[in-house]
Amino acid sequence: MTTDIGILSFGAYVPRGRLQRQAVYAANAWFAPGLRGLAKGERATANWDEDTITMAVEAARDTLVGIDRAQVGTVSLASTTLPFADRLNAGVVKEALVLDDATAAIDVTGSQRAATSQLIQALNAAGSAARPHLALATEMRKARPASEGELVYGDAAAGVLVGQGDVIARFLGSHSTTIDFVDHFRSTGAEFDYTWESRWIRDEGYTGLIGAAIKAALAKFGVEGAAIDRFIVPITLRGVADGLAKRAGVKAEAVVESLSQTVGEAGVAHATLLLAAALEAAAPGEKILLVGFGQGVDVLLFETTAAIANLPARRGVKGSIARGAKTDNYMRFLFHRGLLGLDRGMRAEADQKQPGTTLWRNRKAVFGLVGGRCTKTGTVQFPKSDISVNPNDHAIGTQEDYPLADVAAKIVTYTADSLTYSPNPPSYYGLIDFEGGGRMMAEFADVDPSDVEVGRDMMMMFRIKSVDEMRDFTKYFWKAVPVA
Amino acid sequence: MAKGIKDKVAILGMGCAKFGERWDMDADSLMVEAYEEAIADAGIDTSQIDAAWLGVAFDAVNIGPSGIPLATALRLKNIGVTKVENYCASGTESFRGAVYAVASGAADIALALGVEKLKDTGYGGLPVRTRGTMHDMTGITGSAPGNFAQLASAYRSVHGVSKDDLKRAMAHVSVKSHANGAKNPKAHLQKAIDMDTVLNAPMIAEPLGLFDCCGVSDGAACAIVTTPEIARALGKTDLVTVKALQIAASNGWEMQQGGGWNGSFFHTTRIAAAKAYEEAGITNPREQISLMEVHDCFSVTELVTMEDLFVSQEGNGWRDVLDGFFDADGTIPCQIDGGLKCFGHPIGASGLRMIYENYLQLLGRAGPRQRQTPPSLALSHNLGGMPSQNVSAIAIVGMADA
Repeated sequence: MTTDIGILSFGAYVPRGRLQRQAVYAANAWFAPGLRGLAKGERATANWDEDTITMAVEAARDTLVGIDRAQVGTVSLASTTLPFADRLNAGVVKEALVLDDATAAIDVTGSQRAATSQLIQALNAAGSAARPHLALATEMRKARPASEGELVYGDAAAGVLVGQGDVIARFLGSHSTTIDFVDHFRSTGAEFDYTWESRWIRDEGYTGLIGAAIKAALAKFGVEGAAIDRFIVPITLRGVADGLAKRAGVKAEAVVESLSQTVGEAGVAHATLLLAAALEAAAPGEKILLVGFGQGVDVLLFETTAAIANLPARRGVKGSIARGAKTDNYMRFLFHRGLLGLDRGMRAEADQKQPGTTLWRNRKAVFGLVGGRCTKTGTVQFPKSDISVNPNDHAIGTQEDYPLADVAAKIVTYTADSLTYSPNPPSYYGLIDFEGGGRMMAEFADVDPSDVEVGRDMMMMFRIKSVDEMRDFTKYFWKAVPVA
Repeated sequence: MAKGIKDKVAILGMGCAKFGERWDMDADSLMVEAYEEAIADAGIDTSQIDAAWLGVAFDAVNIGPSGIPLATALRLKNIGVTKVENYCASGTESFRGAVYAVASGAADIALALGVEKLKDTGYGGLPVRTRGTMHDMTGITGSAPGNFAQLASAYRSVHGVSKDDLKRAMAHVSVKSHANGAKNPKAHLQKAIDMDTVLNAPMIAEPLGLFDCCGVSDGAACAIVTTPEIARALGKTDLVTVKALQIAASNGWEMQQGGGWNGSFFHTTRIAAAKAYEEAGITNPREQISLMEVHDCFSVTELVTMEDLFVSQEGNGWRDVLDGFFDADGTIPCQIDGGLKCFGHPIGASGLRMIYENYLQLLGRAGPRQRQTPPSLALSHNLGGMPSQNVSAIAIVGMADA
């Protein structure tokens, strides 16, 4: 029983912003009236201080609830929208999670099925891997204003921990095809996708290529379509998943809801996000078929086990969706995507240069929010220092690492600052106290005016601190967000 | 405690430039404007100055590093000139350098000059500046009003004061300073305002509105100090001497030790005040101090400072403010010259500008705003940094025989 290979845990992160599609349509209808059919529901939109790295970190934290992080042997990050082309993005995630330095890390990219390919590789390697693989998928696709993509896409991340042992879903097999079907593409360095006719993509791509791959996969697995309990096709175009299920003999109720009206299509992350949603709802003994599509098809089959009932509570997909906050502010969305050149004023000109040396020395504090705890007095502080901040003790070098990212906090002081430059004014910040000691002056994220008061419960999230626009470097740190 | 410097140093002369948007002047000319008045007041010439200290905080739009800009602007006689920077306490810090030099016997006559040229940044408010690479990675990106506004949320919570009551008390602070500043030709803002104007002003950093914030301006102020003996030998009769000079810097406790500090007061001001009172021999500041210039960068700062200086009872500062205790005709006038609120806050100059007003008032030379009851002990107070991490400076001056 302990030799099972499969999924050990899962998690998700959907940013809080929910841009109302009607608001987008209303602004663009004069130009693109044809978008009316898509102007329903809402799409998840990352805040200005979020990107695929920060979302992946939050999805990873959710995935690792109840898991000893020292166990993680590999972390991989699947996405086509990673912030760095040459810097290991998964490496930043590893640091933010304070994983052991002896952790392998890899970025997986280049196709919309990167996440399912990542999973197949991880599962195939799991038999010989001593420690589990944290497979994260994250996506934040940029689309031109008044394009279909702008309405259809959504930002999200999700993760699964795969390996051997007491799995919650046993891996039963996979099937892959690779065909250079160019439904859309984005060249290196380009900002936006170029997309071919949707009818051709639906008929030849979705119905033809995915349909054939599912058929071949079911035959390979020796499983009838009717035996599938959760059928995941991460495509939000209405009717696609239902049609594929019907052709494969999969019962209609097995089709996992596409989240098209609540999240939008989260690109590479969508397959993992829907897998997390399926696992969240699944009872033991269910068969889950997962499809990935992009220059070919991946099909994976899982079967849930009794262990799924014992997973500790997590935010998951449901919690992420519940945390949503509706917004009609299309202009803000455009500005945060760099698609609207608002006058930011001179205060935005501050040089954000990051010395690599300082970041290297302080990587645990900055990326991991690791503070110090004095082994003599128990004083907790951030950042760690040679001499404790305890005024009654001046012993040198008595502090041990003390991670604060997962510690609950409360507001001691706050303000909403309209003078300092923020892409999302006013800028909220204040002093927070961590439960059990330690405090810091922190920027707040995802805050409404009603969220701030002295004593309010906060939690920490990994966010973009600032961007060095002169040298194109993103700086990350932790911010306090209201506990939902 | 060390025995202190009470009455060991006398102020020989002081000067203050007109504060404001000095589009016509560089920092050099502002320094000369303050110096001209001070050297004339002192009745000496430049060659008699043994040492000098320059207080200035923002290099980016200013005069650059080192003491050379002061030496050059005043054509000092190749004496030692030290530039000091301690945030908004830089002016008092320069005074401390000069006073300590005289008190130690290292100099007979020393000069302190503070200057700041802020109106060359291109915008209102203080320039955005780095606080070091580590802070840039982990600290907040906030403004000065945002940092000080946090006093208000904590103060309300700690003392159970309603938003409206605190906002009214804060507004009274500003109304009072404007009324005072209207009588001062050297102030930047010389117009009285009413309560409604303050309460209805645009929000800068909650709950600080536009009129809760001091102005940003250019300015310079200067002090020439010596020993009482030399001052008398130079013909001075009414001597203003330094009774106490204390500076306290945060060591991280407020910001880092969870639960240790509640955010509603200045830890360093309380420490500096206690030391300054001991140095000056003051046992009851509410009764013994007759005049105050405190660091009213924001209205809420002035209010809590009254408690930190042990003049108001903790949690009662807002009531004293509303009762008019600190008005020009109140028990202890505070900002009788208009304060930072109306002078504006050229960082390096402010501490010396405050001492300048106290000096004038003690000598009865403050013109239309002169306090009728003659002050005997006058306190000035600066805060650099922010409530959670700051430098607090206190200078108490008085008549030599008081």
